[in-house]
Amino acid sequence: MHRFTFHRFWAIVLKEFIQMKRDRLTFAMMVGIPLMQLMLFGFAINSDPKHLPTAIRSADQGPMARALVAALKQTDYFTLVRETASEAEAARLLELGDVQFVINLPADFSRRLLRGERPTVLIEADATDPAASGPALAAARAIAASVLDRELTGPLARLRSKAGPVNFAVHAHYNPENITQYNVVPGLMGVVLTMTMVVITALAITRERERGTMENLLATPVRPFEVMTGKILPYIAVGYIQLTLILLAARLVFGVPMVGSLALVYAVSLVFIAANLAMGITFSTLARNQLQAVQMAFFFFLPSILLSGFMFPFRGMPEWAQALGSCLPNTHFLRIVRGILLKGSGVAEIMPEMWPLLLFLAVAMTVGVKRYRQTLD
Amino acid sequence: MTPADPAQPVIDVTGITKRFDGKTVVNAIDLTVHRGEIYGFLGPNGSGKTTFIRMLCGLLTPDAGTGTCLGYDVRTQQAEIKRQVGYMTQRFSYYEDLTIRENLDFIARIYAVPDRRDAVGRSLRRLGLEQRSHQLAGQLSGGWKQRLALAACLIHSPQLLLLDEPTAGVDPKARREFWDEIHGLAAEGLTVLITTHYMDEAERCHRLAYLAYGSLLARGTLAEVLASARLSTWIVAGPGLRELAATLRARDGVEQVVAFGNTLHVSGRDAARLEAVIAAVRDPGHEWTRARAGLEDVFISLMGSAKDNFS
Repeated sequence: MHRFTFHRFWAIVLKEFIQMKRDRLTFAMMVGIPLMQLMLFGFAINSDPKHLPTAIRSADQGPMARALVAALKQTDYFTLVRETASEAEAARLLELGDVQFVINLPADFSRRLLRGERPTVLIEADATDPAASGPALAAARAIAASVLDRELTGPLARLRSKAGPVNFAVHAHYNPENITQYNVVPGLMGVVLTMTMVVITALAITRERERGTMENLLATPVRPFEVMTGKILPYIAVGYIQLTLILLAARLVFGVPMVGSLALVYAVSLVFIAANLAMGITFSTLARNQLQAVQMAFFFFLPSILLSGFMFPFRGMPEWAQALGSCLPNTHFLRIVRGILLKGSGVAEIMPEMWPLLLFLAVAMTVGVKRYRQTLD
Repeated sequence: MTPADPAQPVIDVTGITKRFDGKTVVNAIDLTVHRGEIYGFLGPNGSGKTTFIRMLCGLLTPDAGTGTCLGYDVRTQQAEIKRQVGYMTQRFSYYEDLTIRENLDFIARIYAVPDRRDAVGRSLRRLGLEQRSHQLAGQLSGGWKQRLALAACLIHSPQLLLLDEPTAGVDPKARREFWDEIHGLAAEGLTVLITTHYMDEAERCHRLAYLAYGSLLARGTLAEVLASARLSTWIVAGPGLRELAATLRARDGVEQVVAFGNTLHVSGRDAARLEAVIAAVRDPGHEWTRARAGLEDVFISLMGSAKDNFS
């Protein structure tokens, strides 16, 4: 008598699809948001940042070294914030993110340069945000060649060479690939899905309550679980449309490599989408009106974008922020998707990130159904 | 699917009580409604009519009291009740972004109506909604929305129809058609419980109940309700009615002085005291006639007496 019945569940599903079809603007947004965010995050954010904080660790005070340092200062890319002799201090500056680069000049820089031995300048870069370091490093190479060529006049002119007088070694910490889109585009999947799925479903039940249709729905024999699942299913379909759009763009526009199994990405996404939908529905049982529901959704969305490791490196955050971030499904989904697409992770590798997603889904769904029941009396 | 015995009351509840945050909204109501009856529920706003109806159709659980609706326990068999009751909410509560047909189809699916297409088609024909079936519900006028709501409540062939102020904001012609429809349905054996503020509608019910501040103050047929109030009413015509009304209102034994066009209706529960007051103020310029108390006079009087008891 009180069991889940397919016909009631299906009635809700069909109704939601019709309502989705009627609400053209919202539907357009559900397709438009992923595309817009792709363009914003994929292109716009990968700008050409300048004035990056830089530390110099120079053991050589010779004219050639000073000329090079002066020239680097002249570029807009490097802002020298510190000169240090200590390797440990330089490493710490980099780790704390106080500087983006540490430029290491060896003690025998000038001497070896004059001997034509192409001394090595080691540039250590914090490449967690590869977009930030790339152009600056390119500039450093060009500057060194032109400045030193100017210094190397007269008999020293022979030291000018096609390969450049100095050998630059770049040590990219944290992200050796240095390709922003590889990191950002898969991450966008989680962000876009979180944003649209939570907002749209947060409205799902509040809208019924605000328009008075909830009373009618409650007066019918339809069960809470049928309403919840019936409302979730159509949006899972929408979520998959968004996912496919992003994957297509990732491949065709940004050339993101897809090493792992796409089928696995789609399978994992089901759990992630459902978790966000359940969260949205839980919000909609708490909110009194649609505005509150949207506010709650954004309250959830902001940490999902800021603390998940999408915007800022997860490990760079303080511990409390990391703990908070670990509670969010997006954090785990990002790691899974990046793992599958970029590293070719399989089921075994993603398991440690899977169970928090499943746990989140179970909790959100339980709270949602419980809360929905309470609205009866 | 049908209640065990047709002779058994469709609604039979005693002592139904509901409290919200310690405030008693419905106070120990007893009610028996028989098959094929149109039972009118009247009472001021906030008197507990809607709450009572919600308890009958399984939306709310009573805090106290027992009883059955369609033979099912109102406290424990809410799911069974929901399946056989048509509930029309006070506010239009179907989907405005769905067409008429889609709304009916949705409800029919929820109730697993057999031969859904036929049922939806029949329902559209019966209420004359065929031509408009592809119109969005949100674009309908009040009268048409009400027709749609009625059609939707009836699609699963319920045994009992609970209508919460179905004719609020509907024009007189649509109201009359609506009532003709209700009488037709009752003649076929459907039981109807309807709340209203319109006295003319109250008079079209087989039985009435008057609810104020959560308590049932009067019930029975129209004649019984009128008789139970034991209200004496006089009609006075003549000049200076405003001044006369003020004089009368100040006197003990006069409960209501209501202006109706060029006359005043003066009522009181104690016939002897009322006549004494009238004798005192009577003059040749005014014509006094004894009248039958109207339903409205009776209800306002009941409400006044209830206020005395509750405050």
